[in-house]
Amino acid sequence: MAEESILTDDFLHELMNVGEVDVLVGLPTYNDAASIGQIVQAIRAGLVKYFPRQRAVIINADGGSHDMTQELVRAASITDLQHTPNPHALRTLHSISVRYGGGPSTGRGLYAILAAADLLHSSACAVISADSTNIEPEWIAHLLQPVCQDGFDLVTPAYHRHKFDGLLVRNLVYPMIRALYAKQIREPYPSEFALSGRLATHLFGQDGWATVAEQDGAKLYLTISAIAGSFKLAQALLGSKTRAQNSPPADVVDALREGVGPLFFSLDQQPAWRSSMPSEPVPILGGRPEVTLEPLRINRKRLYDLFRSGVSELEPLLSSIVSQATLQQLEELASRAEQEFCYPDELWVKTVYEFAASYHRAVLNRDHIIQALAPLYRGRAYTFLVENRDSQSEEVEKNVEALCLTFEKFKPYLGELWDGRK
Amino acid sequence: MWDKFVVELSQAWQELIRGVAQFLPRLLVTLIIVVIGGLAAWVIEVIVRSILRLVKFDRFSDDSGASQFLRRTALPSSTELLSRFVFWVSWIGFILVGVNVLGIVGLEPHISKLFAYLPRLVAAVCLIFFGLLAASFFSRAALLAAVNAGSPSPKLISSAVRILITVLSVSMAFEELGLAEQTVLIAFGLIFGALLFGLALAFGLGGQELAKRFLEARFLRETPREHEDELSPL
Repeated sequence: MAEESILTDDFLHELMNVGEVDVLVGLPTYNDAASIGQIVQAIRAGLVKYFPRQRAVIINADGGSHDMTQELVRAASITDLQHTPNPHALRTLHSISVRYGGGPSTGRGLYAILAAADLLHSSACAVISADSTNIEPEWIAHLLQPVCQDGFDLVTPAYHRHKFDGLLVRNLVYPMIRALYAKQIREPYPSEFALSGRLATHLFGQDGWATVAEQDGAKLYLTISAIAGSFKLAQALLGSKTRAQNSPPADVVDALREGVGPLFFSLDQQPAWRSSMPSEPVPILGGRPEVTLEPLRINRKRLYDLFRSGVSELEPLLSSIVSQATLQQLEELASRAEQEFCYPDELWVKTVYEFAASYHRAVLNRDHIIQALAPLYRGRAYTFLVENRDSQSEEVEKNVEALCLTFEKFKPYLGELWDGRK
Repeated sequence: MWDKFVVELSQAWQELIRGVAQFLPRLLVTLIIVVIGGLAAWVIEVIVRSILRLVKFDRFSDDSGASQFLRRTALPSSTELLSRFVFWVSWIGFILVGVNVLGIVGLEPHISKLFAYLPRLVAAVCLIFFGLLAASFFSRAALLAAVNAGSPSPKLISSAVRILITVLSVSMAFEELGLAEQTVLIAFGLIFGALLFGLALAFGLGGQELAKRFLEARFLRETPREHEDELSPL
């Protein structure tokens, strides 16, 4: 049903005109006119420079923009290239812009690109975010070459990031995926990534994907599916990550829906997490990502206030999600003064696992469970900001590592909650 | 005189015996209908319970927050509650059929009325049940949204949503039952109107700045203020 609604007749007609390709670059968009031109140019430059002999296509899957995004994609021609002085592709480089059905959604855009990769028998496929204004042609090479030349199935990005950027990834998504699925992927919710045709076909053929396409966080589910399916994984250092200037401020609840919802959902779908294996590193190609430390103005007090009011106002809800002991500790934390406030690793890990188990049992509406986590995440973010206020990059890494080990240590606790033994 | 009295008495006695003889089989039939009706209602209850368990009605009830509400009021689970309700409605239907068989003069029109009323009663109970489910779900959604937006009184917003939906569903149920339709309609209109008027006043007077910012952001397309604390979580 999802397939019929997302892959419109026009979409399929455009694909048929392209024919089979070796390399596909997907670009999901929705009202990204401000940034799309330079991104398409960088992608084209990357394909011409690094994949001149391959049959390549750029597919812009648009969610129904009304700001000329599609027109700009079509207009970004090879003659506008700034990155390569003398580009000469030896094969045809197709560039098409199609509108998928069902309305704008990251999941539907990704589904359309995976479908295109499968239908065009592409051996490698990269997906680039329309937010990545600092993209360089080299990104295309860094992402696609490990797939084309080294046989990797999924290449996720690694970025140089500020120590306080991506707090949800550092405090929950990365450590929990590492503990449960035993792979150390620094950016499990990738903005840019590349995958093999084999993995695209595998994902496109999975029943769960039609459901995932309709939900938030399909990119995270893709990473988890690749881990659970024992595909060959790598990470590629792409440089620094900057967001488009006009992109809206990230909302914590939306971030939880996209980052934590699919992670909890995957526990029902992917039984692989029940096996107990120590986590193993995933190779990072192109160097090590660094933690940057430039000063940043952050309103920590608001995070603390939202934690306190959240615990007090949501007490009846939290009592049906977390255990009595955890709730008592949270209430005790909420009663502390700001200077004494500290949400320790162990309590945070227990809270997250209890939320995951409640999500599994659907004790409340699942979206409400995710929303109820927001004030607690803010409390944890506050503690992380305070702990690492004066830390150098090594110390930040050490603290994240300690949290990861706590997640791994308490994995049996999640198993007990899952089986109803707790 | 005495003979006449004896004849009358014996006639009355004969009539009484004839009446009892006529009534007893009806009573027996009534009792049989009530007993068989009880068994049939129990079978229907078991079937309804199995269907509700099969379609995971309790999960739907958990999802909407109805289970929490039922637990707080020491009531059984939604599946149990609904199957018991079906049992009682079915059995009462059989009892009424049984009473009708007795042929008591003057009772038949009332029983017919009761039968005609039964579907409306079921509809009214369903309206209240699903109304309470909706009230619970939407009040919780409002509470979460208000807490996460840092609103000053999330519980007030949540309670207002719960009361509005409950009042709406109860007034609809009363209308379905045909009880004090006009009174309920007017009362509902007054409460609903007063509540919205109060909220409009509160927003206009108490939240002037908020209203101004909202309208400016909506119509002047100003760039949103920078959120210092909302670092990119992903």
